[in-house]
Amino acid sequence: MDSLTANVPLLLFLIVGTIAVASSILVVAMRNPVHSALFLLVTFLCVAMLFIMRGADFVGAVQVLVYAGGIMVLFLFVVMLINVRSLPHERMTSPFLLGGLAVGAAIFVLFATIVRTGAYHDEVNRPDLLRSTSTHITETVRAADGTVATRHVVRHHIVGNSEAVGSALYQDYLVPFEVASLFLLVAMIGAIVIGKRELSALEEETVPDFILERMETEADVKEVVNA
Amino acid sequence: MNPWMHYLLWPCIKFAIAITIVLTVVAGMTWIERRLLGLMQARLGPNRVGPQGLFQIIADPIKLLMKEDIMPSAAEKVVYVLGPMIPLLPAFLVFCLIPFGPPPAFAVTRVNVGLLLIVALTSTSVYGIILGGWASNNKYSLMGGLRSAAQMVSYEVPFGLSIVGVLMLCGSFDLVKIIEYQERHVWNLFPQLVAAFIFFVSMNAESNRTPFDLPEAESELVAGYHTEYSGMKFAFYMLSEYASMLVNSCLMTSLFLGGWTLSVGGYGVTTAALRSMGLLGGVIGAAIFFGKVMTLMLVYVWFRATFPRFRFDQLMDLGWKWMIPLALANIFVTGILILAAGTLKIGADTYWYGELALSIVGAAVLAFTLFLITRGRPAATVAARPTEPPKVIHASRVSEA
Repeated sequence: MDSLTANVPLLLFLIVGTIAVASSILVVAMRNPVHSALFLLVTFLCVAMLFIMRGADFVGAVQVLVYAGGIMVLFLFVVMLINVRSLPHERMTSPFLLGGLAVGAAIFVLFATIVRTGAYHDEVNRPDLLRSTSTHITETVRAADGTVATRHVVRHHIVGNSEAVGSALYQDYLVPFEVASLFLLVAMIGAIVIGKRELSALEEETVPDFILERMETEADVKEVVNA
Repeated sequence: MNPWMHYLLWPCIKFAIAITIVLTVVAGMTWIERRLLGLMQARLGPNRVGPQGLFQIIADPIKLLMKEDIMPSAAEKVVYVLGPMIPLLPAFLVFCLIPFGPPPAFAVTRVNVGLLLIVALTSTSVYGIILGGWASNNKYSLMGGLRSAAQMVSYEVPFGLSIVGVLMLCGSFDLVKIIEYQERHVWNLFPQLVAAFIFFVSMNAESNRTPFDLPEAESELVAGYHTEYSGMKFAFYMLSEYASMLVNSCLMTSLFLGGWTLSVGGYGVTTAALRSMGLLGGVIGAAIFFGKVMTLMLVYVWFRATFPRFRFDQLMDLGWKWMIPLALANIFVTGILILAAGTLKIGADTYWYGELALSIVGAAVLAFTLFLITRGRPAATVAARPTEPPKVIHASRVSEA
């Protein structure tokens, strides 16, 4: 009993991990897209819980915020808009079954090896590393004889998760971070441009006035910009 | 401590307390809202059951419990039942994360990314509406669900962005630290006026309250996402709306109204003063906190009674073209002023200038934006169109004719 109670975190990990794996299998097994989306949501929440249990509160909260709160809502929105009630049943086996299993097993062995003996070993056992950051400060020191001097100090200290992530993103890796966000912005604008289209004659008759009015305004703006 | 106690019993007790408080406030709120709306609309509201109609709080749930629970035969059974339950859970969980009195006794759970976790959890409450609308297998429900999804995703962004300014000022995700910052300086409402305004509007949108109640729009969609729900399942949807109102009010109280403290610049009812009074101090702190929360709830009702429902494109315009740019501008200005204060070596005693500057800039920006919004169109596009002088018939001429 004592060994069991001492291992409550392990027990929690096993429960959450099992749910995560099971629901991720169900994502592909379900034939109704909304059910699949729901199991994907469960998977995301379980992964967030695993992050929090490892001490990565920030990543866990962001996981819920971005994936569960944003991306999955949009998934559901699209699935419901298309209104696919059910996909056709397919055979669960395929000629690639053996090969697929082999590749899966190989990747599992690879990951297991890295986690067990590789570079991440220390981090896995020391969640406080996720919370440490270094600050550069200038300290004013008053010596015993009354003279005042300044000195540069680098301090490694344990702080909240968010500070650690913030200093990593905005100090240590600022340029790659900004480049990546620029790429994302370009991709987003590209998606909007591709998604926009002209209205057909029929649509122009049926759309409400306020939308037409707005499109006219947009055309005006375009003219001004092009000129 | 015994691990079972630590991992199982203690969280359960906390959760039970949170549920009790939420349910009590929600029950009271339904009555207060209906009476207050009656007052504002020059009618009576429920006043038959008990003194001033107070027992309506009990009569309503009993009625809903005894109603027949109808499930449409073509509904998606599991998801249909799950729908009303989903939004309640995040509301209860978030309530556990809010400190409603001086810590440690009244701050139930302290997480160092508390605020982020709260925003994350509130963003999941939309699933109840989307799934309920979809599972009902009814086109009005589905449209309500779709509208809700679009609305929530849109207003999630200004909701999150409006918090960033507060975070920059206070330098922490921890609500306790944010409140303690405010008691040393001034309520964040003043230096973050624009953010507070955006936060209030988007929290109304998040809890589907009247100017933003397009998901249930009874004049177009029957009853929107809960058209097919009856009895206790319907009550759960109502419950979650009020619970999210409560949670959002608590959040706004902590972020912008100084939480359990009543102090400016460290003078007044501060955490230290409350701590020195022991348990009584804690109770007073909680009373102050809930006083502010209830005031905000009344403002919610006021807001509902004042504004008519948006059209869908107006809703999207407001979210994407006004709220988000405004929130981004707020972050920008706040950042510049914080940086300026840091560079000019404005110390703790003259910190007031920074906050004062922020307050004035915020008030000006807010007034200007409200002016632009109420004019209806962005100024640039109006100027781009050829304008004819309007034909004015003077009132005196009309009476002559």
